[in-house]
Amino acid sequence: MASRFDIRRQTGFATIAMICFFALYLPIVTLVVYAFNAGSSIAIWEGVSLRWFYQAWNNNQVVDASIRSLQISSVAAVVSTIVATMAALATTRTKPYPGLGFKYAFINQPLMVPEIVTAVALLIFFSRIKIWTGYSGLGYLMVAHTAFCIPFAYLPIRARLENMDLTLEVAAADLYATPWKAFRRVTFPLLWPGILAGLMLAFVISLDDVVITEFVKSGGQDTLPTYMLGQFRRFITPEINAISTVFLLISILIVTVFFFISRKKDQE
Amino acid sequence: MASAEEVAKQAERREIRGRWLLSAPALIIILLAATGPLLIVVIYSFLTPGPYGDVVWKFSTDGWLSVVMQRDIFDDTLAFADAHLSIFWRSAKLSFLTTIFTLLFGFPTAYFIATRPARQRDIWLFLITIPFWTNLLIRTFAIQEVIRNEGIVNTVLIKLGIISQPIQMMFTDFALMVGMTYVYLPLMVLPLYASMEKIDFRLVEAGYDLYANRFQVLRRVIIPLVKPGIVAGSILVFIPALGAYVTPRVLGGTKNMMLGNLIELQFGQGRNWPLGSALSISLMAIVMVALLFYVRSAGRQGGTHG
Repeated sequence: MASRFDIRRQTGFATIAMICFFALYLPIVTLVVYAFNAGSSIAIWEGVSLRWFYQAWNNNQVVDASIRSLQISSVAAVVSTIVATMAALATTRTKPYPGLGFKYAFINQPLMVPEIVTAVALLIFFSRIKIWTGYSGLGYLMVAHTAFCIPFAYLPIRARLENMDLTLEVAAADLYATPWKAFRRVTFPLLWPGILAGLMLAFVISLDDVVITEFVKSGGQDTLPTYMLGQFRRFITPEINAISTVFLLISILIVTVFFFISRKKDQE
Repeated sequence: MASAEEVAKQAERREIRGRWLLSAPALIIILLAATGPLLIVVIYSFLTPGPYGDVVWKFSTDGWLSVVMQRDIFDDTLAFADAHLSIFWRSAKLSFLTTIFTLLFGFPTAYFIATRPARQRDIWLFLITIPFWTNLLIRTFAIQEVIRNEGIVNTVLIKLGIISQPIQMMFTDFALMVGMTYVYLPLMVLPLYASMEKIDFRLVEAGYDLYANRFQVLRRVIIPLVKPGIVAGSILVFIPALGAYVTPRVLGGTKNMMLGNLIELQFGQGRNWPLGSALSISLMAIVMVALLFYVRSAGRQGGTHG
């Protein structure tokens, strides 16, 4: 036989894969290209310009929504990562105890329910609380985001913990380290890549959220995604493309770092 | 004096209590802002709608009744709520088709990645990971720019002289299906890849040694081996597709609503919170059934493969 028979090959699969990659990236690339359009259409090309980036930058609504997004996502990411780290420490490296299965199920519960249902539930619940307390600040969004970020932060931290045995902590205890000292000097440094991965995952998930934010927000509390959703009803200019492009860049940056952190973990 | 056994028991109890305390903040936040409110939705579905939204605290089953039935405003007779049923049907149909299409495109893609040399694999995987974590809204917007009347597809087809008028794709079920297949494709590829990565190709070789052709090897060896990945990917696509809100809102407009939009409508212009609550619980019930199916099939897989 002339050529070697490749047992892995399946006819047409490579072609379909290429079509998929092309189809996945064509719309995104188009979106980014038209962000640089000099004209005010998202379909007719009129030369390169940065005017839509300037316009977005000078649009107070966009700037306010961006700041609000960053505030909510930072708080949600940090808080959810802290409580998820604690929960991960409490649910790994132990023999099964009563309630362990319940904890797993409970922590992952936000992943099982469709977002729209959680959104509706929070709308109902928070509208009651708003009436009772009179408070209608960003706190509601922060709590809501924290809750649905917990399972995402929990996953990589738990995965990391499960690959660490207790030998080093036991050694630390033998050397008279207090539990807190053992955690700070031994567990935490080893766990750090997992915590960082969880933090970034939670941040991206929170930053991307549309549905829950759309239902929970009070008037004038648009985040960047809900602001953009609101704009689709109107005449769309490349300003939306410009905002999307910046948003995309931030996401890609975080995902890239995350990807390499979790890859490294696999190779260890 | 306590026996050694009792001391050990006490230490264990103390440790378990410590572990509960350590996980308490996470559990409380989720109870407060995820699980707890779901129970309130159940209560709300049995109340009477208030005049300006919200509810009146009076028991009523009208919310549930109007999920499938509607009362005629003139003679008070009951009839099937065609509008709701057609939206249920559209949601089920589109989610099912989306799952099938993502599987048809995702399977070869995942297989392609899994059979690359180790070095290249990371690059291809990374290319799937980026859209996976990119904002769904931005991806929906991106696909919208491609299929709209003045979008790339229509422009190219007109320039090539294949069509003279742009094809109206936006605000149709077709747009919804293309859009959902596009946004959920990475959700299918990643779990498929995870199970394909583990394929033992000696089994494939054995298949060829036994005179199977490529298609028989695919059907009889590869597909059974990656079945857990197929089930996981299908669940991962079907569930968010069924509850989709953003994609149908942007691509479907007001005429091509899905369940998610119907639910939102009840909390907005519809001002029928009990109906919205009942619809939400119905959606959740369907999702639970799908998850149960998944757990059972995953359990079966675990049983047969040891």
